[in-house]
Amino acid sequence: MSTLNVNGQAHTVDADPATPILWALRDHLGLTGTKFGCGAALCGACTVHLDGQAIRSCVTPISVAEGKRLTTIEATTDGSDRVGAAVHAAWVKHDVAQCGYCQSGQIMSATAFLKSLPQGRQPTPAEIDTAMAGNICRCGTYARIRAAVADAARALA
Amino acid sequence: MLPSTFQGELPRALQHLIERERAADAPPAPLPRRHFLKVAGLGGLVLGTFPGLAAAQGAAASTAPAALKPTEQPLSFVRIAPDGEVTVTINRLEFGQGVQTALPMILAEELDADWSLVRSRMGSNDGAYVDPRFGMHLTGGSNTIKHSYTQYRELGARARAMLLSAAATRWSVDVATLRTQAGQVIAADGRRLGYGELAEAAMALPVPTTVKLKEAKDFRLIGQPTTRIDAKAKSSGRQAFGIDMRLPGQLTAVVAHPPVFGARLKSVDDGAARAIKGVKAVLRVPLDRGAEGVAVVADGYWPAKQGREALKLEWDTAAVEKVDSTRQLAQYRALVKQEGPRHFEADMAPLAKAPRRIEAEFVFPYLAHAPMEPLNCTVQLTDSGAELHVGSQFPGVDGLAAARVLGLKPEQVRVNVQMAGGGFGRRGLFSSDYVVEACEVAKAARTAGLSAPVRLVWRREDDIQGGYYRPMHLHHARIGFDDRGQVLAWDHVLVGQSITEGSPFAGVMIKNGVDNTAVEGMRDPYDLPMRLTVHHPKLNVPVLWWRSVGSTHTAFVMETLIDEIARQTRQDPVAYRMKLFGDQHPRHREALQLAVDRSGYGKKRLPAGRAWGVAVHESFESVVAYVVEASVKKGQAVLHRVTAGVHCNLVVNPRTVEAQVQGAALMGLSMCLPGAAITLKDGEVQQSNFGDFVVPRITDMPEIAVHTVPSADPPTGMGEPGLPALAPAFANAIARLTGKPQRQLPFQLA
Repeated sequence: MSTLNVNGQAHTVDADPATPILWALRDHLGLTGTKFGCGAALCGACTVHLDGQAIRSCVTPISVAEGKRLTTIEATTDGSDRVGAAVHAAWVKHDVAQCGYCQSGQIMSATAFLKSLPQGRQPTPAEIDTAMAGNICRCGTYARIRAAVADAARALA
Repeated sequence: MLPSTFQGELPRALQHLIERERAADAPPAPLPRRHFLKVAGLGGLVLGTFPGLAAAQGAAASTAPAALKPTEQPLSFVRIAPDGEVTVTINRLEFGQGVQTALPMILAEELDADWSLVRSRMGSNDGAYVDPRFGMHLTGGSNTIKHSYTQYRELGARARAMLLSAAATRWSVDVATLRTQAGQVIAADGRRLGYGELAEAAMALPVPTTVKLKEAKDFRLIGQPTTRIDAKAKSSGRQAFGIDMRLPGQLTAVVAHPPVFGARLKSVDDGAARAIKGVKAVLRVPLDRGAEGVAVVADGYWPAKQGREALKLEWDTAAVEKVDSTRQLAQYRALVKQEGPRHFEADMAPLAKAPRRIEAEFVFPYLAHAPMEPLNCTVQLTDSGAELHVGSQFPGVDGLAAARVLGLKPEQVRVNVQMAGGGFGRRGLFSSDYVVEACEVAKAARTAGLSAPVRLVWRREDDIQGGYYRPMHLHHARIGFDDRGQVLAWDHVLVGQSITEGSPFAGVMIKNGVDNTAVEGMRDPYDLPMRLTVHHPKLNVPVLWWRSVGSTHTAFVMETLIDEIARQTRQDPVAYRMKLFGDQHPRHREALQLAVDRSGYGKKRLPAGRAWGVAVHESFESVVAYVVEASVKKGQAVLHRVTAGVHCNLVVNPRTVEAQVQGAALMGLSMCLPGAAITLKDGEVQQSNFGDFVVPRITDMPEIAVHTVPSADPPTGMGEPGLPALAPAFANAIARLTGKPQRQLPFQLA
């Protein structure tokens, strides 16, 4: 039994402590917004925040999350998080998604990145690319991702 | 080997294809009027179409309602709820290309719906949802808008006519005095009724046999940049995909596939797998291509995967061919020298005495589709049949395959099409490989006493190593031309596996031993004296269409060679192409001119170290031209800027066309970058995940601007046509920088 704090709520998960966070979220807690893409920390589709840091939940065991705060796409974009709400709004405004499967991970990476910047500082295009380089989009939405991240940063200034 | 499950589906589909071939360039025919029927049962106004009805009516008009059986329940295209919400069912798979928004836009245009109240839902393998031109359930070939534009307009127009009639009766006025706007019927005196208030009364009225469609100048939705219907859900983790299916008690299966295609099991030691907590069963199952595998069924993905990796398996690979990429290339080179079937004939005598000559060999590797959502399919067996939940491009074919595996009648299998996380061709195949696999696992699980729904999930490694690749190809060209760039003779040989051989499409696609999906894009639009010889070797590697199919390689060959002729004869690559197009290819001219004008080509001075690259190609009846800026940095080709000129006739949703070109361009770029190859050694695929089958990241993305040529002609496809011209445009820029043509993908600069 492991206790996970997910989106501000404590959950008991009956799973091997080595189980990746991704599968505890998806199969045990029914939080399917976090996606399985590669299982090897290569594509970023499974990105969640652990104590505010973007991590790859497909390779991070639930034992690592005990006593820490996990945040998923569901809470990041429900309006309660100022940065997450700005990123969500920019994603819709720029119509970023195509198939949309990778976008949860993209948004979680973008949100963690914007939160890491000092208040009001606008990221350079190169910084945006570096921050988002861990997330693969096979549909090729990168041009709109760039625009949406920059737009969200302006909205937060 | 093809399953014998296509009765019902394929003969009709093939008939349509053959008719289409005969009709060649005929515009899509509107649906026969008698296909429209009004159906009750869902509340509100529902319009549906029923395939098979035509035949039924031919026999006896009075039997028409009986034609609704045995499908049990009629499915609708448009439902207007009492609160005015309009739900449009799409007859395709949405996997990123935007049809879930474009089809409702088309219908809502003629319906005069309030767009803010329009929703959409996915269809199924119900007969209502076949492609109206192909006659089979199919999302592919960039056909959705091209084939369903008239269909969805007529559906919307009929629903509107019935609402108008209902309002005329309610108010006792002449219907001609009424108009519609944004979900309301408006009388001459200003009275208004919402569609939701009229829906039930409209239901009681007959469906009109003829309707007048709007003129393009009156469009209010079509042509407007429109945000995707699913944009919010896909930007908040709320959009469910097939892999997110969660049925009560559902189990998850991960299958061990053989290391060599088609291999069988020698021995299975599943002791360690069975000991893993959560594992419910370990089952030997027959797989695609006569292979065998072992399914580990568990109460979640993680224990299933752990179980699969704990299996100790020995494989019998003695009976199967073990393909090796190095040997394969040598074999293909040997084939080039042999006689083979001809696709084009021309006199090759001028080749020997041509003042200038190019001899070139091109090599293209196998490519995996690698959609972001790993392949999956959920199978629910019931007392009366089976229900499948799968993001499928061919739900009809998949339903028939499931029926065969499960020993059911086709009508006992319902395929619920799920939102899919990409596909690029991998979710539409005649063998239904992963759907059959899911059904085999569900069947074996039931035999083992597990009656719960089973969700099959492929690991990424299964996806990269599981086959159905864009085929490897070798092209060999010998071109003779004069100092003005006039081609005197072009002797071309193409070697690659046939995609459709052995499939029900073979009869239509393969002519005189040449698979059209391999040669499409060759020669045209250039009026060249080309002799094209084609070899289709048979190898134990499953192959499939990959976004833009034959044009993934033919466009590269054609557009780099045309560019090379221009370079060798010191002609501007744009001017040379325009000269070749003459006045025969206005769409090519317009697309290329638009890209030239908007890019600043020929006017703008490029930064040092950069060069222009140009290419243009037609595929799926649309033309896309690219003008790019590229450089070479630290031995790597870098693409900086891309300007697209697009001719796809009328643009339904400009935001979608832009997105499709951006995405297809990136997929075209993906073919050029290091690591974009699937190779085999001793029959085993050497790549396994995104670490060694490399796809582009945001750092590879160029600046890209997409421009469309204005047109009111019926729309042509846009899912694929943005791909083919990108790689040759990039290659042409690199060749201008290095002086060395790129003749293989991925690029080889060293």
